[in-house]
Amino acid sequence: MKFDTPATTNPIDQLKIIGHATSRIDGPLKTTGKATYAYEWHDVGSRPAYGYIVGSAIAKGRIASIDLSRAKAAPGVMAIVTAENAGKLGKGNYNTAKLLGGPEIDHYHQAVAVVVAETFEQARAAAQLVQVSYSAAKGSFDLAAGRDGAAKPPGRGDNQPDTNVGDFPGAFAAAPVQLDATYTTPDQAHAMMEPHASMAAWDGDKLTLWTSNQMIAWTTGDVAKTLGLPKENVRLISPFIGGGFGGKLFLRSDAVLAALGARAANRPVKVAMQRPLMFNNTTHRPATIQRIRIGANRDGKITAIGHESWSGNLPEGRPETAVQQTRLLYAGENRMTALRLAMLDLPEGNAMRAPGEAPGMMALEIAMDEMAERLNLDPVEFRARNDTQVDPEHPGRPFSRRQLVACMKTGAERFGWSARNAEPGKRREGRWLVGMGMAAAFRNNLLMKSGARVRLDRSGTVTVETDMTDIGTGSYTIIAQTAAEMMGLPLEKVVVRLGDSSFPVSAGSGGQFGANNSTSGVYAACVKLREAVAQKLGFNSADVAFSDGQVSSGNRSVPLGQAASDSELIAEDSIEYGDLAKTHQQSTFGAHFVELGVDVATAEIRVRRMLAVCAAGRVLNPKTARSQVIGAMTMGVGAALMEELAVDKRTGFFVNHDLAGYEVPVHADIPHQDTIFLDETDPMSSPMKAKGIGELGLCGVAAALANAIYNATGIRVRDYPITLDKLLHRMPDA
Amino acid sequence: MRSFTYEKAHSPAAAASAAVRTSNAKFIAGGTNLLDLMKLEIETPSHLIDVNGLGFDKIEPTPEGGLRIGALVRNTALAADERVRRDYGLLSRALLAGASGQLRNKATTAGNLLQRTRCPYFYDTNQPCNKRSPGSGCAAIGGITRQHAVIGASDACIATHPSDMAIAMRALDATVQTARPDGTTRNIPIADLHRLPGNTPHLETTLGAGELITSVTLPKPLGGTHVYRKVRDRASYAFALVSVGAIVQRDGTGRVAVGGIAHKPWRVEAAEAEMPRGAKAVAARLLDGAKPTRDNSFKLALVERTLAAVLTEAKG
Ligand SMILES: Cc1cc2nc3c(=O)[nH]c(=O)nc-3n(C[C@H](O)[C@H](O)[C@H](O)COP(=O)(O)OP(=O)(O)OC[C@H]3O[C@@H](n4cnc5c(N)ncnc54)[C@H](O)[C@@H]3O)c2cc1C
Ligand code: SF4
Repeated sequence: MKFDTPATTNPIDQLKIIGHATSRIDGPLKTTGKATYAYEWHDVGSRPAYGYIVGSAIAKGRIASIDLSRAKAAPGVMAIVTAENAGKLGKGNYNTAKLLGGPEIDHYHQAVAVVVAETFEQARAAAQLVQVSYSAAKGSFDLAAGRDGAAKPPGRGDNQPDTNVGDFPGAFAAAPVQLDATYTTPDQAHAMMEPHASMAAWDGDKLTLWTSNQMIAWTTGDVAKTLGLPKENVRLISPFIGGGFGGKLFLRSDAVLAALGARAANRPVKVAMQRPLMFNNTTHRPATIQRIRIGANRDGKITAIGHESWSGNLPEGRPETAVQQTRLLYAGENRMTALRLAMLDLPEGNAMRAPGEAPGMMALEIAMDEMAERLNLDPVEFRARNDTQVDPEHPGRPFSRRQLVACMKTGAERFGWSARNAEPGKRREGRWLVGMGMAAAFRNNLLMKSGARVRLDRSGTVTVETDMTDIGTGSYTIIAQTAAEMMGLPLEKVVVRLGDSSFPVSAGSGGQFGANNSTSGVYAACVKLREAVAQKLGFNSADVAFSDGQVSSGNRSVPLGQAASDSELIAEDSIEYGDLAKTHQQSTFGAHFVELGVDVATAEIRVRRMLAVCAAGRVLNPKTARSQVIGAMTMGVGAALMEELAVDKRTGFFVNHDLAGYEVPVHADIPHQDTIFLDETDPMSSPMKAKGIGELGLCGVAAALANAIYNATGIRVRDYPITLDKLLHRMPDA
Repeated sequence: MRSFTYEKAHSPAAAASAAVRTSNAKFIAGGTNLLDLMKLEIETPSHLIDVNGLGFDKIEPTPEGGLRIGALVRNTALAADERVRRDYGLLSRALLAGASGQLRNKATTAGNLLQRTRCPYFYDTNQPCNKRSPGSGCAAIGGITRQHAVIGASDACIATHPSDMAIAMRALDATVQTARPDGTTRNIPIADLHRLPGNTPHLETTLGAGELITSVTLPKPLGGTHVYRKVRDRASYAFALVSVGAIVQRDGTGRVAVGGIAHKPWRVEAAEAEMPRGAKAVAARLLDGAKPTRDNSFKLALVERTLAAVLTEAKG
């Protein structure tokens, strides 16, 4: 189905099932431990052996030699795979560094061997006996030091490293009110609960991988490319994923090493990446240095806005596109953005939830707060004065729907924003300095082709098959809701099967594009199935209604299952998009409000309450949508207050490489969260009229906290995370 | 993890002698620290002696009016004990500030005292670490040291002792009872149990080979107001950046021990004489000779400010 004109009324608009708060249909499987995560396929893959990964002890250099003799002689060891004996390996389209390193080493904890043994414990013990000697080389590990030498990265499509509109330098210089400030965000880890894990089994030259992956088709292709197999010979199965946040968008070493280990040992092999390797072996959100300049007239109208961002990556890696939102969020006739990329020998930087906007909004939304203060304007009002209903770089291009101002005003009202004292450091409650802060939320809406197959059986049950994934987000549920709405069935009559490369290729889970696109693909397939049903039952397809398990037209009504009485009816289609994303800018909007306390003695920061107001198209399921947003808000608290991969700049690795050292919020950090979704449908986005939500909830949260900390204390911190040591020396006497 | 043999000990003497009979043996209590370290091959015992069956799980009054806490009393049980809550509130609070409910259910009194540092370089066997592998060097010095010691450290090691409970024990002047392989027992004042790193950071306590902790005894209650304040980056489930345990009497005198700043619970009795004069004076004595790193110099101000808050809180 080609979607190239705005959606009109369609069966989804009935909203009998779509739009209702529905618990996750996969919930019981998870709470009873029956969901098969990658490491938990106990009934398939006969007697798997276990692989344990050996990570490089240096960040850059070469392996001088590897002595496997002691490890090979250890009890239970069946095979040890290294780059030397693995055979020729290709490199996938989506990973920068090789997934099995050697002799060259590209980063710390890059896999250099996998030890396969009869039991996990034997593999782990033998892995310690692998003797690798390295010759280390000097590397670059310090973004600040690499900033001056950073280069202009190649552009990709609409994402060009430099943008310029009007005369930014002139307008900025002439602006009566100016801000020129630099902000930093640290390297961050996805730190999901389930580590990368895979089980591989070979049948001749055909490979099956049970794995934990967000993008089945990308990864199937990269497995084939890496191992030199035809794509048809690779099957990926990934129905349940214990969190990904972008860390599982790509093929990673667990899958490659499980496949190589299984081939070498001639047995199915399981590999779960050890937690201490999770931080340096895999990808992370790269650190940024961001310089923001804003010039405005005294009436609060922005005349010049400029945003430059520096990040680092391995050779051939990409920059963090932290300036993305600044091209679209606020008006201003003179504008510039620039991305620069430094070569660093740290582990590979890549996508993490809301890549680009998450760190970009961390900086931009502090800058807006600082500017509002200079203008003596309320932060909500300042942003509202610079709202734009058109793409400010291309004023002929309107936003499809943009309710930023409504989000902010609704939020301000509901949160009690008017009680905020604009003068910082003035509200004291016992040992706490209390402050409020807000920030806008912004994240683009991405359109991706997405396919599905639907089957109707004679009992009237519809089964949906698509390689879409559910990373804990609720994909199973909203897809079931879509099919149920389209086919006029209760939810229980829909079965959803996901995460299998033998199913039609979907958008996958990433970039908050999963929900809108995958359900639109299911919509397209259901439209086809409805036609097939109508035809089979002898209806004129134009005027049939599907409801309550019946197909009816005029006064004739037939049970849906009857269309499949002699054989299953199968329909397959995908959604493909025309030019609506070119003619209209599609983005999602919101506003975050935070109240927190800062301990006057210790400068410990504790959140009191949070509110997010979102306008992001149709809300398919208010329960899973809320869940996404409060999860994202929690992640934003982590980004603001504690998350930081600490770089040892001498030897080039993230030192805090476990979950004790890399802190994320715990329950006690999150006392109260509220979410509001503004009523919205976006007919430009898809037949579902929905947009993304999963990442929007993160964009801006950290800045709202930073602004609240400033409001509480009068101390402006521009370097994340905002830990107490950055406040302490400027705190008032207790 | 290396393979190891295992036995369950049936008496303290048997446990202690088993520990010297087999080379490279270790006691295991709750296992919440030891097993993690074994998985990473930071600890590589070839023999484990399980001391859980020794019956050291009681809390009993002593003739002197104190409490004798069995070495295997779980952190949860100790924190919840009515006498502890009433008379040694500092101990109860310090325990509850540590780890998580699940861990405290397993963790024991002796195991807690003997838990090892959380220096991240100690945990990474690729990195030099004098504590893990004597003579290899210290990767932390010159590296990431926000969590590390500011006082009492050496050129060989700047790690801290991470226990919350031990801070309370130190302020309360607990004593540690042990059984030795030769059948003798002894009492070790808590102040003498942990060592400073010096040139031998791998030697963390004054316990001899095979010496088993059997109990920890608290002297009779001190009265006063008990406050434990743990400062950290998140609200729970994190080790202290700095923690302050204090017992403050009505007249302003009292005791203070500080965690998160040294290789052992940090208490300077001479500094306590300054208590009536306030936090600044106490902190100055307590931290005399401190040598922070660039990453952790904030701890000096943090100790003083936290102590001030604690003293204010104690005044009520
Ligand atoms: C995720 C996590 C978070 C934590 N957070 C905190 C925290 O915030 N604050 C805090 O204080 N602690 C914290 N801890 C540490 C925890 O308190 C310790 O792991 C626990 O107290 C150790 O007790 P155990 O009985 O399990 O010791 P084990 O692991 O069994 O033993 C520890 C050591 O003591 C020795 N040992 C045990 N019993 C005896 C005995 N009777 N005689 C002689 N030697 C003995 C063992 O040989 C071993 O060397 C945390 C731990 C984890 C895993
Ligand atoms: S500070 Fe101590 S524990 Fe940490 S690396 Fe140095 S020697 Fe090892």
